[in-house]
Amino acid sequence: MRSNLNFFSDEKFRSIFFQTLVIGLFALGIYFVVQTTGYNLEKRNIATGWRFLSDPAGFDISFSPFINFKSTDTHLDVYFVGVLNTLLVSFCGCIAATILGFLVGIIRLSSNWLLVRVAYIYVEFTRNVPLLLQIILWYSILIQLPRVKQSLEFLDIFFISNRGIYSPRPVFESGFSYVFIAIILAFISSFIIRRWAKNRQDETGKQFPVLSSAFGLIIILPLLLFFIIGSPMSFDYPALKGFNFKGGMVIRPEFIAMFLALTIYTAAFISETVRSGILSVTKGQREASASLGLKKSWIMRLIIIPQALRVIVPPLTSQYLNLTKNSSLGIAVGYADLVHGFGGISLNQTGQAIECMVIVMATYLTISLTISVFMNIYNRSIQFKEK
Amino acid sequence: MNDITESRKPPVATTGILGWLRMNLFSTWVNSLISLFVLYILFQFIPWILNWTIFAADFKYNFNGEEIVNREMCSRVLDPENGGACWAIIYVRFYQFMYGFYPREEVWRVNLSYIMLAVAVVPLLFDNFPFRKHFLKFTYIFPVIAFFLLNGGLGLESVSTNKWGGLLVTLVLGCTGIALAFPLGIILALGRRSNLPVISMMCTLFIEFIRGVPLITLLFFGMVMLPLFLPEGIDMDGLARVLVAVTLFQSAYMAEVIRGGLQAIPQGQYEAARSIGLSYWQMNLKVVLPQAIRISIPSIVNTSIGLFKDTTLVIIVGLLDLLGIGRGALADTTWLGLAYEVYFFVSLVFFIFTFAMSRYSLYLEKKLKTGINMGAD
Repeated sequence: MRSNLNFFSDEKFRSIFFQTLVIGLFALGIYFVVQTTGYNLEKRNIATGWRFLSDPAGFDISFSPFINFKSTDTHLDVYFVGVLNTLLVSFCGCIAATILGFLVGIIRLSSNWLLVRVAYIYVEFTRNVPLLLQIILWYSILIQLPRVKQSLEFLDIFFISNRGIYSPRPVFESGFSYVFIAIILAFISSFIIRRWAKNRQDETGKQFPVLSSAFGLIIILPLLLFFIIGSPMSFDYPALKGFNFKGGMVIRPEFIAMFLALTIYTAAFISETVRSGILSVTKGQREASASLGLKKSWIMRLIIIPQALRVIVPPLTSQYLNLTKNSSLGIAVGYADLVHGFGGISLNQTGQAIECMVIVMATYLTISLTISVFMNIYNRSIQFKEK
Repeated sequence: MNDITESRKPPVATTGILGWLRMNLFSTWVNSLISLFVLYILFQFIPWILNWTIFAADFKYNFNGEEIVNREMCSRVLDPENGGACWAIIYVRFYQFMYGFYPREEVWRVNLSYIMLAVAVVPLLFDNFPFRKHFLKFTYIFPVIAFFLLNGGLGLESVSTNKWGGLLVTLVLGCTGIALAFPLGIILALGRRSNLPVISMMCTLFIEFIRGVPLITLLFFGMVMLPLFLPEGIDMDGLARVLVAVTLFQSAYMAEVIRGGLQAIPQGQYEAARSIGLSYWQMNLKVVLPQAIRISIPSIVNTSIGLFKDTTLVIIVGLLDLLGIGRGALADTTWLGLAYEVYFFVSLVFFIFTFAMSRYSLYLEKKLKTGINMGAD
């Protein structure tokens, strides 16, 4: 009888009650924020909407390697330049940080005491100093390089100065698309060969030189084709004209500073995950494979690394995510990424704070989500396949 | 005669310093080459860096014995070949690095806060600290004292937060962010693991949203959008707005760390707590959370290190933390071009704090491993 009267002691009722309460409060909060925001915007004469995206930007972007950006282009173009620049520095940074991180992680497990110590000092110093400080430091080193007129030359085609690194730019002529198609075909056929070789080895035990055949397909075949067609590529060399270089390709100091700082900082973290991953493979595995008579390099490649990867990949994913998010610090040195170009200059010029921030945040969420989806797929492919 | 052969001593080359060298530096010829190469680099680099930072450096006076007041008087500007670092820029600006533009006659308040911070934090870190219980009472009321002491009020002259700067801002952001994010993180972590689908979904969405965007966008959010969301009359200053962003950011990361701790608690603990009749909150507060937090402290310290380093980002929205003061010093025309000294000093200060924190986290991890097992495995 009493339990019927006291609804509150019923777990089901309580759960529905609390959830409705939370939803109600949340909706109330949203309503309140929307109301005040509308009022505040009206008072400041800010019109909401997405029309500003098609307005001309009116400013220049110094670093836009993919899109030829002019100041008459729209804010939407600023956004695309920003996204591409963010992706470019993140992509380069992730690859370089992975290589450096694996190298340092393996060095820290080497038998050379001195090397281990040096790697340890590197890791501790870079991990414990704020990344922003490192970016600014690299930038201040790079802009103290000699001026354009006194730039350092290498082989008369590379020029290093405080405006960046100038190098020849490849110019592709009409026939080059064939070479490009050949490269893609070579990649696809290498994958097929690898599949076939693995199946054959599983069935018959016979091995096939996959690595060297892939090398031949991917490098030598397109190269041969390239010369047969008659080298459809030339270089545009940089040359000093007046106060600056004309022609060629330039990598700006902002990009180099971002790339170096992100790589060196993240590699320190990656090296730690690599080290703990390799340490997580028990000694017995190494001893067992040695007693089977496997070569030292085979033990590493076939026994240790595949097992260590299971431990390494999840934290590696979060390091990639961190690096991508950290690339937003480009604003400190004027690297025209998403936050600096679109979330900074465009926002200040148009005053469309809410729209710009929503777009920037949504873009980062999309990038983060994409990276984690791909890394999760990869992670699943290397986990234990239990029968 | 039963003559026992005396055991032979191990070869000289395998014991002592010689043996150690052979084992660790010259085990193979590749290793020997690497060792020699690294040694060569170190012999070049270490004397140079020591010379630059200490032996050839100016501290207050240059090599002529004059007190340095601008960059032209630095030894390394007068004599670029032999001069080392010019620490005079740090010496002259030391007050700003520590307190920003806090009024000089009120600076005792900051100093007192620094001392009280140490008194509040140290007993928190070590559980064998004498009279820890009494000290912890102080830790709880410290934030209130520090707020009034630094901000003014209760008879003290008010000091606007835009006069705060340097280490003061760095520590305020770091400590407040960590202290506020901790309870928020616990609530979010419990919420994410809740059986109520609405609450669990909302907490998950919040956590994943915050973790998916960079801190800088949240700082922009705090600076640009927060004023639009608030009704008229509520005016937050820059520091408070940044603190909101930093706290939200840190609470999401804290929640994930604490969730890891919660997941490590065996199911039996929950069941046992429920079976002796504890309510949801009693179970969490008295049984689960104490254990979960204890095992997640090392990770909590690690995310706190991350936050401490990330406080430098506030310079982008115009606050003057340690790095901001450093950049301000470099923009001063009397000290132009002394970037390395300033960045070296700022890195060193950050390094001291973060390295100490990371050592502490290692110490805790070791203690947890050797400590009492969590019962019920």
